[in-house]
Amino acid sequence: MVSLLDIIGPVMVGPSSSHTAGACRLGLLARGLVGGTPQSGVLQLHGSFARTGEGHGTDKALVGGLLGFRPDDERLRDALQIAEREGLDYKFEKTTIADAAHPNTVRISIERGDSKATMLGSSLGAGRVLVQEIDGYPVEVTGNLHTIVLVAEDRKGSIARITGILAEHDINIATLRLTRKEKGGDAFMVIECDELPDKKAGEELRALDWVRWTRRLDKVSGG
Amino acid sequence: MYKALADAIRDAEQQKKTLAQVALETEARDQGRPIEDIRAALKRALDVMRSAIEKGLTGDLYSASGLVGGDAAKLRVNQKGPLAETPFRDILTRALAVQEVNAAMGVIVAAPTAGGAGVLPAILTGLAKAKSVSDDKVVDGLATAGLIGAVVAERASLSGAEGGCQAETGAAAGMAAGAATEMLGGTPSQVGHAVALTMQGTLGLVCDPLGGLVELPCVFRNATGSAIALAGIEMALAGITFAIPVDEVIDVMGEIGREMDVRYRETAGGGLAATPTGRRLAKERLYQIKRSEG
Repeated sequence: MVSLLDIIGPVMVGPSSSHTAGACRLGLLARGLVGGTPQSGVLQLHGSFARTGEGHGTDKALVGGLLGFRPDDERLRDALQIAEREGLDYKFEKTTIADAAHPNTVRISIERGDSKATMLGSSLGAGRVLVQEIDGYPVEVTGNLHTIVLVAEDRKGSIARITGILAEHDINIATLRLTRKEKGGDAFMVIECDELPDKKAGEELRALDWVRWTRRLDKVSGG
Repeated sequence: MYKALADAIRDAEQQKKTLAQVALETEARDQGRPIEDIRAALKRALDVMRSAIEKGLTGDLYSASGLVGGDAAKLRVNQKGPLAETPFRDILTRALAVQEVNAAMGVIVAAPTAGGAGVLPAILTGLAKAKSVSDDKVVDGLATAGLIGAVVAERASLSGAEGGCQAETGAAAGMAAGAATEMLGGTPSQVGHAVALTMQGTLGLVCDPLGGLVELPCVFRNATGSAIALAGIEMALAGITFAIPVDEVIDVMGEIGREMDVRYRETAGGGLAATPTGRRLAKERLYQIKRSEG
């Protein structure tokens, strides 16, 4: 459903909603995966991001997102210098991720202390983004809501246990998508939440011995 | 939100309301948000639009490539043309100002997109100043513009990569013309005609920026798009009607966009971007950006 405020907005640093605002949101999503400003990052640019990214400030917007700047933050313009001051060691590479990949796609590999994450995401236009892969697992995350992604063994009652933990932490589930490749294979869950899931909830989910992997992505767009 | 402007116009006329009112009521229902909340968000957008204009008029702004910048100030100072001291000229100046701020990585409101972000603020704030319109009415104008943009997004496209510049500055001009027509006392039906009269003038416009950057001709397209919107507003308020219904004009914009060769959809493969000078400038300037960033 199209909202008036999607049309009259977002408020953003120019010049391009896809190459600048969307790129910043992808950086913000990646930052959330390691829980703060990373110490190092490799950013592989694909397609139009690689071809026209510099002129559109895509590099500054991606690094600015990693620094925690939002799309309307004027510090984005100086993000590369600020990254040096804050000790974020970044490197850009131009690459072809896949012939069929969306033209505005980036793979971000970052490290912060013991935390490491790799994220593949695209900027779809008008500032909207889609994360398609995290740590090699296929996902679909828009950043419109706080999101938990999770890979679990395919077993009975797993959803009840997970939603139970979220309910105990007073977190309301907006959407939940469950997919699996085969019976008995890994189950992929994408859970969008109205409230920001706290650290404790994440630890409890991770402590379940049948949960192989889980990540939280903070909301980066929407009202 | 509405999927046809005809439906919104019918509802507004039956209920004796403005399109801004029906747009705000529909948005409140759709999103489960109070109208005052939506109006406050639109007012914040208006404040950002105004500060972008101010910054563009006073600042010495240049894009990273240096391809655009400094022209809003020229238009403000060198009052030599036939439109000197008119609201028309003030509006062109404002449109350039916003786009120069955008190209220089300043803060703007993407309305509907960053590339077409100059038209709506130029028309609404320029006419509000010339005709002493209150901020409340300008916020109503933004709601009407949002309704029009939502219908264009639904039926056609708001992306240059999908539909060419007709979907960016063309849509922006249609939104601005409809919004201003209502702001200046036009009826809902006149708003529909203002949108149709404006968008018929931008059909087929290609997206052909040098080097794929939102700079040249984007900055100037926002000024010429504003001029076309002013023509639409002037005609609609005089009672002129356009024989093709507005929703059909929007549909055909989408159809032309889908048929448009990929060279003319933000890829820098055709149009001005592919002229000999366009290619040369893009190459030189992109090299310069790389060098300046080390």
